[in-house]
Amino acid sequence: MTGVQDITSTSKSAAAIDKARAEGRAALIGYLPAGFPSVEDTIAAGIALAENGADLIEIGIPYSDPVMDGQVIQAATTEALAKGFSVRQVFDVVAGITSKTDAAVLVMTYWNPVIRMGVDEFSRRLSEAGGAGLITPDLIPDEAADWMEASDKYGLDRVFLVAPSSSPERMRRTVDASRGFVYAVSIMGVTGARSSVSSAAKDVVAAAKVAGAERVCVGLGVSTASHVREIAEYADGVIVGTALVAAIRDGGVDAVAALTKDLRTGLNKEVA
Amino acid sequence: MVRLMVDAPTAGSDKDAVDAFLQGGPSLRHAPGPYFGSYGGRWMPESLIAALDELEDTFEKAKADPEFIAQIADLNKNYSGRPSLLTEAKRFSAHAGGVRVFLKREDLNHTGSHKINNVLGQALLAKRMGKTRVIAETGAGQHGVASATAAALLGLECVVYMGAEDCRRQALNVARMELLGATVIPVTNGSQTLKDAINEALRDWVANVGNTHYLLGTAAGAHPFPALVRYFHEVIGEEARAQILDQAGRLPDAVCACIGGGSNAIGIFHGFLDDPSVRIYGFEAGGDGVDTGRHAATITLGKPGVLHGARSYLMQDDDGQTIESHSISAGLDYPGVGPEHSYLADIGRVSYEPITDSEAMDAFRLLCRTEGIIPAIESAHALAGAIKVGQRLAAEDGDASSKIVLVNLSGRGDKDVATAAEWFDLLDKDSAEAEIGKEGEQL
Repeated sequence: MTGVQDITSTSKSAAAIDKARAEGRAALIGYLPAGFPSVEDTIAAGIALAENGADLIEIGIPYSDPVMDGQVIQAATTEALAKGFSVRQVFDVVAGITSKTDAAVLVMTYWNPVIRMGVDEFSRRLSEAGGAGLITPDLIPDEAADWMEASDKYGLDRVFLVAPSSSPERMRRTVDASRGFVYAVSIMGVTGARSSVSSAAKDVVAAAKVAGAERVCVGLGVSTASHVREIAEYADGVIVGTALVAAIRDGGVDAVAALTKDLRTGLNKEVA
Repeated sequence: MVRLMVDAPTAGSDKDAVDAFLQGGPSLRHAPGPYFGSYGGRWMPESLIAALDELEDTFEKAKADPEFIAQIADLNKNYSGRPSLLTEAKRFSAHAGGVRVFLKREDLNHTGSHKINNVLGQALLAKRMGKTRVIAETGAGQHGVASATAAALLGLECVVYMGAEDCRRQALNVARMELLGATVIPVTNGSQTLKDAINEALRDWVANVGNTHYLLGTAAGAHPFPALVRYFHEVIGEEARAQILDQAGRLPDAVCACIGGGSNAIGIFHGFLDDPSVRIYGFEAGGDGVDTGRHAATITLGKPGVLHGARSYLMQDDDGQTIESHSISAGLDYPGVGPEHSYLADIGRVSYEPITDSEAMDAFRLLCRTEGIIPAIESAHALAGAIKVGQRLAAEDGDASSKIVLVNLSGRGDKDVATAAEWFDLLDKDSAEAEIGKEGEQL
């Protein structure tokens, strides 16, 4: 792919969200950290996510200093690193899932591992593996010049985060820089299951829409089908992370399949 | 040793900057950030950007507010005990090639180190922002103690994150913080050291940013922290420059400081950045030696990357994962470094060199025995560097006594007595202190 074609029309994330929208529902997005408990398990669990109703999949790169992650994801990624996970294996995971499913597969990564490999090289390999793009929890558009260029060159989605604390000006700037969708952080905090979804989430989605976002997905603290149902009322996609990580930790791939199936019921009109 | 300009994408433009400086170009002082050459910036979650904007705005207004300037001046004088002395180390000088060595006595400040300068300033900013709670990270406990002190003085709630391993090694500093009313939270994630304490403090900040200020302890992190922390430490360099002109009648030939994150160093360097005749040296922790892999020589051996909000030199592996650092000095045991130092290294204005544990401890004992001053082990790295610099200056010019080396003695060594006693084998093998020392604990 090159930067000269109409990139919006080639956004894999946008296509996956639009397909769900055409079915009259929000998209379900599931997160798994690569290499936990093994690379093979991540691929199998990713396939199980897609086969049981996830429209998009986020694969996280384990990192030594995950400042936006709570205890469950920290423990998982620390274990993956201790077992020798290396960053290039994320491309095996992405290719392993995209070769078997139609789900859009994004990589979620802290930025230093991308810088170390080289932003262009990382992007090229992600594109070759069939990846849809990157979600970047510690990269804001202000620092993303290299990534803007590489993502255009390789036709990758740029999913930046917006938060309850984002000013209207920053909302606009972040929405403008994003492609595929905008990731709305539901709460001021880090990843981890919570008993209820913050009311701030709805306001963040509304603010992102006012700023021009076409697709806004909500993450952080979403762990049950009833959370999914609640968020699907106002967002274009619902992101579940920690609950899936706990599932693979405690029950392996089968537990991921079962939880995904359950979460997906939150999007079924007849049950609502 | 001046580091090679490898892996620095803007080395060309940085070199232009230093050429311009040497030809009387723009000042290197008061660099405002967010960028120092290609370093610095804000590599942070969006959730924290509003808080960083608020801090920057509050800081810029405070700097222009005579009332704030007066508050800082009053606390510096009547609480910290500034100006700190400048002491000529006449007997120590004989071991540094015979050059004259002057010590900037930050060890004499209240709480025993330069750290108090920054915490008072930031705690005042927290009050101006209407925040009621401060959080801090600490390695050995020095910044934690200083933060707890400022919080007690100004009536703020204080929570200090400290690696569980460091809590065990520094049980008495934990007690000090608790005496001062702070809550100490042991961090059991990752490597359980300073960098993990910073990670945990950042997680707290994201969740509590409405009422909480993150009182970062060094001149690193996301903008505006590097410029802000430097601002509160600039007093070190300003005082030292005036004092050396007064006592010696001229500027020093060299200025030496130790570097972990680099706050004491940037404070004293700042006073001399625009004096081309003054050579400036930063001494990193060489640990067991830079060829052993067990060190904290970030600029000497690291590569540029992003950690804790800034682009800077970083100890990292080929995957960009942070490598654990090692040093006998907990205050220098950090795998990153402030971004302004990375810039000053690339443009060649400051030379950064490693000092091993062994070299630092020799200098530690030497200062004890020649001057009656027990330095912090951190500061002993600067002293060991000053010995090398003095010997080089003496070799360049036979008249060593006409040369002057200024050392920032950033802290006192009371906290390091058990470590030093163990290192020099001063303890009775059966004593309780020896048992504690074996576990690396400090009294």
